[in-house]
Amino acid sequence: MNWKRAAIAVMAAVPLVALFAFGFTRNPAEIPSPLPGHQAPRFALAVFSPGTGSNSPSVGDSIHLSKFAGKVVVVNFFASWCLPCRAEHAALSQAATKYAGSGVEFIGILYNDQPAAGLQWIEEMGGMTYPAVLDKESRTAIDYGIYGVPETFIIDTRGRVAHKDLGPVTESLLSRVLDSLRVTN
Amino acid sequence: MIIAIRTIVVALLLSATRTEAQATDSALDAQTAAVAATLRCPVCQGESIQDSPSELAQQMRAVVRDRLRSGQTPDQVKSYFVSRYGEWILLEPRMKGLNVALYALPVVLIAGGLVLIIFLVRKWTRASGSEAAP
Repeated sequence: MNWKRAAIAVMAAVPLVALFAFGFTRNPAEIPSPLPGHQAPRFALAVFSPGTGSNSPSVGDSIHLSKFAGKVVVVNFFASWCLPCRAEHAALSQAATKYAGSGVEFIGILYNDQPAAGLQWIEEMGGMTYPAVLDKESRTAIDYGIYGVPETFIIDTRGRVAHKDLGPVTESLLSRVLDSLRVTN
Repeated sequence: MIIAIRTIVVALLLSATRTEAQATDSALDAQTAAVAATLRCPVCQGESIQDSPSELAQQMRAVVRDRLRSGQTPDQVKSYFVSRYGEWILLEPRMKGLNVALYALPVVLIAGGLVLIIFLVRKWTRASGSEAAP
């Protein structure tokens, strides 16, 4: 056996295998967000669905992110045409009920959709326990680096993005992140 | 007569203002297109937001235009998108940090290949020369 050639072959193969291992374990469709750890972009958006919670705003009211300083805020971008949004709806609505009055606020932001379609979707899903707002021209969505729905951002009491989730969220994930944020903040 | 002159003067002034506004608009359009051509469309495959007909790309182009109109430089507009989508959003990565490897690696590989070829050619010619010698 020619040890010199074998060593050269291994030296050439190892970086290639490492490169493929790195590439194949990543989701090419996922764009890594730079927002976690940074201040959440502010927004003031009009309510089109007030939600069924006890402190629901009225249709047309503006929801300002800045007014939730000191609270944990869950911001969920959704659309009526988005199938995975159906899968996470129950988890979000139940979590909003569970954490109501405990310093956690939920806001749904309709992404590239018509308010009428959004309202119909909410009705089809059996209602929403938290308010949903309109994002004209997707300015807030672009501010949050959105490229698909659903996307969920959890903002800590200091207004920083603590967690970002691409795809449908589950109740266990929400509980884990929200409980840790309420303990640490 | 005076009324006629006044009307002509007003018409000329209005026309000049309109031409100036059109020139500003077309300059802004060109600048928007140039910046949009450097930003990757997040919902497409390797297309810029300038080339993509997707709704999100159109909305992003509108953001580019608004920011340029408000006085931001093209670099400031690009930095805004990088702060939201990361370096991924740039079709041509900036030459800093790990990105330097992207630019340096091809040069290093080509140089290494040339050195290898020169080394092998010299080795072969030396070997064939010694074989040919009686």
